[in-house]
Amino acid sequence: MRLTLRVWRQKSAKEPGRFETYEAKDISPDLSFLELLDVVNDGLQQRGLDPIAFDHDCREGICGSCAMMINGEAHGPQPAVAACQLYLRHFKDGETLTIEPWRARAFPIIRDLIVDRSAFDRIIQAGGYVSVDTGSAPEANSVPVPKPDAEEAMDAAACIGCGACVAACPNASAMLFVAAKVSHLAKLPQGQAERKPRVLNMVEQMDREGFGNCTNHYECMAACPKSIHVKFIAQLNRDYLKACRRR
Amino acid sequence: MSSIGKKALMAASGLVLVGFVIAHLAGNLLVYGGPSALNAYAEKLRHVPPLLWSARVFLLAAVAVHIATSVQLAIENRRARPQRYRVQRMAETTLAARTMLPSGLLVLAYVIYHLLHFTFRAAHPELSRATDALGRHDVYAMVVLSFQQPPIAFAYVVGMAAVCLHLNHGIGSAAQTLGWTDERTLRWWARAGRLLSFALFIGYISIPLSILLGLVG
Repeated sequence: MRLTLRVWRQKSAKEPGRFETYEAKDISPDLSFLELLDVVNDGLQQRGLDPIAFDHDCREGICGSCAMMINGEAHGPQPAVAACQLYLRHFKDGETLTIEPWRARAFPIIRDLIVDRSAFDRIIQAGGYVSVDTGSAPEANSVPVPKPDAEEAMDAAACIGCGACVAACPNASAMLFVAAKVSHLAKLPQGQAERKPRVLNMVEQMDREGFGNCTNHYECMAACPKSIHVKFIAQLNRDYLKACRRR
Repeated sequence: MSSIGKKALMAASGLVLVGFVIAHLAGNLLVYGGPSALNAYAEKLRHVPPLLWSARVFLLAAVAVHIATSVQLAIENRRARPQRYRVQRMAETTLAARTMLPSGLLVLAYVIYHLLHFTFRAAHPELSRATDALGRHDVYAMVVLSFQQPPIAFAYVVGMAAVCLHLNHGIGSAAQTLGWTDERTLRWWARAGRLLSFALFIGYISIPLSILLGLVG
């Protein structure tokens, strides 16, 4: 099949970017989207041009590295997949695709499609952890966790931190990410000791990073490759308001 | 103040105003009970000035908080994405959710006109200064005479459409922001909010429409 790509090219955060158009001919519909970019990059390198810079690592939808807007949708048109798990058979032959980086003040562009997502790391450092004594692993059955709580904690913990929620949000809000990280620990007994400072500190850091405010459009949930539910945002709001009252 | 703190204030003040919109409609519907019912109700409202004024101050405070927080949040949201996408497709959001700022501004503009018209009686003094046989302010005559003018009725319907659009997203969104929802009740709140906003719209516009059609008055 044949595809036309309009790709955002930008040498660095300081230089202005622009769209460049590339033709991809005779490509297999079984390629993943990242493999398509690999093929285009091979062609660019053969012509002595700079390849398109994009983030990638596991290519099996679990690391959260790949990140791009494909035709105005974070990770492309398929629900519940990252760009690495998106296959060209989902596009029409001859289609023109616009590929842009995540756009948010908190995610400055490094180069082309790569943005700096360390804002997420700083939010995690602010409280997205449990403090435990290291040593031998504790006996698994000594802390019972009810099955529904374990399931819900796992649903939230499925977040791979790719930033699609921020990218898709009309306000570039990071609430779904923070909600997932706060909720998965809030649902488990191990997370209770630091529950209050965690939610207060993570929200404070989120605000400091310059993300927007959630106005409940729920675009994040539609874009999330792990289908994280916006019910966790309600959980975050509950936990935060409760923690504020008891401060 | 934190983002969630501001949003909680916006949500709570918004719900206070939703409460007012419901109570106000309940009072307005007395127009169907004829001049005596509506004028007596209006007289009763003004009967205890301290109560009336504390309610007015409370509502005004809710309006101030709602506007102050929403303006701040809207500015922050603009700043959070300095460069827009060339192409952006929305999957989940609604027209009402996307137009909260314009619909809110329209509601504000309408409320100012509405107060000038019916409360301060400055916008159309010739329609609103009558007294009834008992010497009370003739609210019924004011309402009927006003809505017999098609432009006034039309402005009212437009104002109520803005309120309906604003609440269409606002009620469900406030519940989510205050953390009252879970996976099951999220849809329920959104649906209930839409239903309530539509019911309020029908209730409010029934008054000018029935006056225009000559069913009341």
